[in-house]
Amino acid sequence: MPGYDNPMGNSPLEVKVISKRFALPNSASLDVYLQHDGYQALKKALATKPEDVINEVKNSGLRGRGGAGFNTGMKWSFVPKQSAKLKYVVCNADESEPGTCKDRPLMEYDPHQLIEGIIISGYAIQAHQGFIYVRGEYRYLLEIVDRALAEAYARGYLGKNLLGSGFDFDLCTHTGAGAYECGEETALLNSLEGLRGYPRIKPPFPAVLGLYGGPTVINNVETLSNIPHIILNGAGWYAKLGSPKNGGTRLFCLSGHISRPGIYELPMGFPLRRMIEEVGGGVPRGKRLKAVIPGGSSCPVLTAEEIDVAMDYDSVAKIGSMLGSGGVVIMDEDTCMVKVAGRIMRFYAHESCGWCIPCREGTSWLKRLLERFHSGGALPDDPDTALDVAYNILGKTLCPLGDAAAMPTISILQKFRHEFEEHLKLGYCPYEKKAVSVA
Amino acid sequence: MKDQTHKSQFVILDLPPKPENLHVPGPYTRSPSLSPQLNPAAEPVSVTIDGKEVKVPAGTLLIEAAKQAGIEIPSYCYYPGLTLQGACRMCLVAIEKMPKLQTACTTVVAKGMVVHTETEEVKNARKAMLEFLLTNHPLDCPVCDKGGECELQDAVFRYGAAETRFMEPKLHHEERKFSSLVYYDWPRCILCYRCVRVCDEGLDVNAYGIGFRGAHSEIIPNRGEKLECEECGMCIDVCPVGALTSGTYRYKTRPWEMTYSGTICNHCGDGCKTTLSVRNNEIVRANNRDHSGFNGEFLCVKGRFGWDFVNSDQRLTAPLIRKNGKQESGTWEEALGVVADRLNDVLKQHGPASVAVIGSNRTTNEENYLLGRLTRTVLGTNNLDHHRTADYGSLVRALTEVKATDRYATIQNIYEAPSILVVGNDPTHQHPLVAYQIRQAVRQHNAHLYLLNSREIKLQRQATHSVTVRTSGEPDAIRALAGIQAPHAGLVVGGTGDFDSFREGLLEESDTVIIFGDEIRGKDVADLVRWGLALPGRTRFVALGDYANSRGAADMGLLPDVLPGYLPLPEQAARERFEAAWQFRIPTEPGRDIRSILQGAQSGEIKALLVFGSNPVKTFHLPKEQLSKLAFLMVAELFPTETAEAADVVLPATSFAEKSGTVTNSCGQVQVLKKPMRKAGTRSDLEILLALAGRLGHKWAYQSSDDVLREIIAQVPGYAIALPNLLIGRAVATQPAGTPPELASADLIFSSRDSLFTSGTLSRYSWALNSVDEAKRPHGHIF
Amino acid sequence: MISQTLSRKFDQIITRYPLKRSAMVPLLLYAQDEVGHVSDEVIAEVARRVDVRPIEVTEVISYYSMLHRQPVGKYNIQVCTNISCMLRGADELFDHCCQKLGIGHKQTTPDGLFSLEEVECLGACCGAPAMQVNYDYYENLTPEKVDALIDELKKKEPRSKI
Ligand SMILES: Cc1cc2nc3c(=O)[nH]c(=O)nc-3n(C[C@H](O)[C@H](O)[C@H](O)COP(=O)(O)O)c2cc1C
Ligand code: SF4
Ligand code: FES
Repeated sequence: MPGYDNPMGNSPLEVKVISKRFALPNSASLDVYLQHDGYQALKKALATKPEDVINEVKNSGLRGRGGAGFNTGMKWSFVPKQSAKLKYVVCNADESEPGTCKDRPLMEYDPHQLIEGIIISGYAIQAHQGFIYVRGEYRYLLEIVDRALAEAYARGYLGKNLLGSGFDFDLCTHTGAGAYECGEETALLNSLEGLRGYPRIKPPFPAVLGLYGGPTVINNVETLSNIPHIILNGAGWYAKLGSPKNGGTRLFCLSGHISRPGIYELPMGFPLRRMIEEVGGGVPRGKRLKAVIPGGSSCPVLTAEEIDVAMDYDSVAKIGSMLGSGGVVIMDEDTCMVKVAGRIMRFYAHESCGWCIPCREGTSWLKRLLERFHSGGALPDDPDTALDVAYNILGKTLCPLGDAAAMPTISILQKFRHEFEEHLKLGYCPYEKKAVSVA
Repeated sequence: MKDQTHKSQFVILDLPPKPENLHVPGPYTRSPSLSPQLNPAAEPVSVTIDGKEVKVPAGTLLIEAAKQAGIEIPSYCYYPGLTLQGACRMCLVAIEKMPKLQTACTTVVAKGMVVHTETEEVKNARKAMLEFLLTNHPLDCPVCDKGGECELQDAVFRYGAAETRFMEPKLHHEERKFSSLVYYDWPRCILCYRCVRVCDEGLDVNAYGIGFRGAHSEIIPNRGEKLECEECGMCIDVCPVGALTSGTYRYKTRPWEMTYSGTICNHCGDGCKTTLSVRNNEIVRANNRDHSGFNGEFLCVKGRFGWDFVNSDQRLTAPLIRKNGKQESGTWEEALGVVADRLNDVLKQHGPASVAVIGSNRTTNEENYLLGRLTRTVLGTNNLDHHRTADYGSLVRALTEVKATDRYATIQNIYEAPSILVVGNDPTHQHPLVAYQIRQAVRQHNAHLYLLNSREIKLQRQATHSVTVRTSGEPDAIRALAGIQAPHAGLVVGGTGDFDSFREGLLEESDTVIIFGDEIRGKDVADLVRWGLALPGRTRFVALGDYANSRGAADMGLLPDVLPGYLPLPEQAARERFEAAWQFRIPTEPGRDIRSILQGAQSGEIKALLVFGSNPVKTFHLPKEQLSKLAFLMVAELFPTETAEAADVVLPATSFAEKSGTVTNSCGQVQVLKKPMRKAGTRSDLEILLALAGRLGHKWAYQSSDDVLREIIAQVPGYAIALPNLLIGRAVATQPAGTPPELASADLIFSSRDSLFTSGTLSRYSWALNSVDEAKRPHGHIF
Repeated sequence: MISQTLSRKFDQIITRYPLKRSAMVPLLLYAQDEVGHVSDEVIAEVARRVDVRPIEVTEVISYYSMLHRQPVGKYNIQVCTNISCMLRGADELFDHCCQKLGIGHKQTTPDGLFSLEEVECLGACCGAPAMQVNYDYYENLTPEKVDALIDELKKKEPRSKI
């Protein structure tokens, strides 16, 4: 890739499981993969009963890396064993959550790890076809994955009668064309069916009625990349890597005002403070930390005082935020939180599919209000109105995008209200002149 | 930096093609939505809504259960019969043990569910949704067509969200003209997607889509900036706000300035109920406002817009009398006097056999009944016929012969049928409601549709089996189905399957409704009926006639050899029945049929001809001179038609909107007309007939069409219907029984094959029907 | 209208799916890559191949931000200004691009060489600020690096074109 930099960070604190092959030369090739445990897990899984594969994954404590953090094995177990319609597995490679860029290296440096994970998931629920839904912007990854798929087909890891087990599995890529909402699992299914990416009414959940009306399991790239390791090394080993009920490691993407931005594989439950200070080298140029988004732009922000938290789903939830998709965005003292709120809302207003009223109208209203507020047109009622509007979106939309849009605004309005007051008092943004780019 | 590839390359993977990939996709056809499925077999479910307990069938949606408890939950995107959307979030309610508010329109009731629909939280949520809806809404209620009957306005009144905190500039788009009949005002649109769904799921036209996303989402038409569709205007009707407005109604009036009359559409033979909205003695709108009647909210383009001929300034408003070769206006007195005098002259000089009468496919049953009486008694002839568009006589005869006169299908029967066979005809164009019912039957309860036709028709999209035969091959195909004769080579020219699977498929069905057009006539009808009745279950039949009262014209005996109720004129008992009622002798000899009347006019055997509401010059493609030999021609008409132009006296008649009476649809269901207005100077055919009878020396006792209706109920076999049912607006089914003489000649039956945009001569005088681009396309165009 | 290679690719893509309609977005995107934008002909061709009505294709096109109905420049410069990039100077970078090219958001230079677009998160947050030129990623950018890139791209173009 022209000008492309390896986004992988490098820290002695990392525990490399899914990223362990990244540094190997030619790591995306099937040969290299085979030399490093490649497709051993598949062999093992195919010799196991599908239910046992599901149980193993369930017990590993692997939780979805796409955002919601639902126990993966549990999700698989919801798929009915008998089904008149064909079952499907779908890999969610739509990665569009601002602050998140971890699925990229997984596909770029180790596509076979993902493919193997998908085949195993297909075997577990007895599906015979899978799709990898790649966001349209990731065209180069599509090509890498397509090449890997061709290799896998050529050597019998895909297609009919895998490794002589009698199990058939077909897998192909699919490209989106620029829509964050298509990362939402049911919108993704509609998009994959050639419809506008509108979410579907739930229930029925995709595990029961999904792609083409068949039971469907949808998992994130990173989630699926973990599967071969769990099968090969056992649920116990995997669970122990992380914290209780939060098995394994995960890729954290450190970005924003941080000295060593990059993607780091760290155990679940790794303390946020250490992540920022030791792994990422702290806030550059001696600036003080102001705020952290712990898991992608949809998560409520944390203040500098709140970073003594273990980075696993339950601990972050306990302090009112979410672990989300692993995008840790660090903001220093010169960051204008009003601007941040406005920028995030602009994203959601742009990406709202427009299907349901509160999200369609609410995000567009809030975007305009916050941007006007920041650029000098602040009115005294605005902060209260904005908070109220955000609460009117929260919990009332068809899909979680509405919540994702409301939560950051609510948290910023609650935790950084004084910055709004300051804008009001001055009539302009007090940070505008001070903020300088780090790069 | 590496070399720049402008557009990325792609890998062509030669993956093995997968035959199992050819399976049918899931329930999602187009929109990300579901349809509710009731389960009447399961135990009913009992739920508590606002403290009231209701028991409903399993599978019922909460919003419907609430309705049964008398609680209205506001909704925009929910629309009964259409797929679920969960989009507007107006129907949020609180359900105990659920953490968030839930949408009542997508929640299926569960046993023991406890629901609250008016808590503070719920009310605030609704208020919030309304506030959101109003952010970009123009609030131009004072000029909006919908003001006064707007679902958004109503909800804002109810929940009080009128004051807004929205300080940003509103998003705006200019209003767009989707067609001459449909306009779209983006800022008013609340994106409930009703129009999109009704066009897709209801009409199978699919002319609407959704464009862009987020706050910029909009409804888009299928041809760039324009709609290409059936122009039914149903989208306008279902729109809860004033976003879609009608080209004929917009900015004309306000809902409270009109009077409303529920009546029956006068175009095709389906008999849709419609509400005419009248202001200052002019019709300004038609929609089935209260969704009553078998058509619900359905109306086709003719029903919704094609009434405007009534207001046309080409209407005749004064009688015309030919003087010195020129038609000049005169008074009613004068004109009726001329008619009576000239008729008397002809009768005296040439006898009753030289007089003939042509009736109408649109006049009421009462008018038709009286026209028969006038012809047979006052004029003393049976030279009476009309343009027959379907062979009702043969259907009645065939069913009577095998004692199966309970097998006439109603419009409801079509909707409920598990299996439907359509032979000939193109219901989408000629019988839009029948086509709609068929589609709903297929969509909502998986009815199987069998099509046997010599043309490609749009309903093929819903067909389970279809067989296309060569032109006019339908009767042969029926005989082949019935095993009467083997299908000859070249009969089947297309379709989805072969003839045998078509027949075998039908043999597996039960309770099939068989619908046929003018392709099946005379003995062919008997063949079809005999074979049809041998199919499993209760087979029912419909013969499709062209116009609003085509069936009524046949039922009332506007025929040379048939008395009302299909009693055969040659039979003495039949004649005696009406001779008793009419206190007058009926000539025993059957009269001339319509072709023979027209020939007689040319040969000079017919001297005087009376034409009521019919344009035979056009229908039968007569040369201009054909009627010129007549000593006297009278035409009762709305417009200066080709036939009227040849007349010695033209009487300006009223339209369906200006009279009372009843009409009978193709299925034999009788419905009542209501009269909302009257064009000055016109008289109804009933009034004309009463006046003529009087002037010709006959004292009839009728005061109104009701008196005639009572006589019909008493005298016409099959019409012994309950008057109260009729008067409260129901469609009452009739069951004629009779053995009319066999059809003398097949060419007496022919449909005009009107398109969606034509309706015989009438449609020429409709601005609306001629304004749409689609009207200019060749007939048979499939959208 | 489309090349034979692409046509073959289309045939192959369509066989991947149980439902032809599924292939709609990939087909549109690849056709756009070749034709330059989604023209009316592309809509008709794709609708025919995946067996839907043209309006269904139109609906889908306007939903996705990467599909455009109007031609864009040969090099479509898409600058991410979402949160991670914004924190590292993406706004300034975008302004710089505007000045350098003399065009604004969603505009194209008169010679048809460059288009500029401010886009949402590209998934390059750890290499912020980032941008994409067509499908190629450029990360850890500075105004100087952008200048060099644009100059390089210009140099590759034969003079006669301008
Ligand atoms: C608006 C929205 C966008 C989402 N985008 C993504 C995404 O880009 N990638 C992803 O893996 N999951 C995304 N998700 C989460 C998915 O809906 C889904 O939960 C996930 O793919 C499940 O996989 P997991 O269990 O492996 O996490 C998104 C969810 C929402 C509500
Ligand atoms: S919350 Fe509603 S409008 Fe927003 S993306 Fe989801 S369904 Fe679409
Ligand atoms: S009526 Fe329930 S969401 Fe619209």
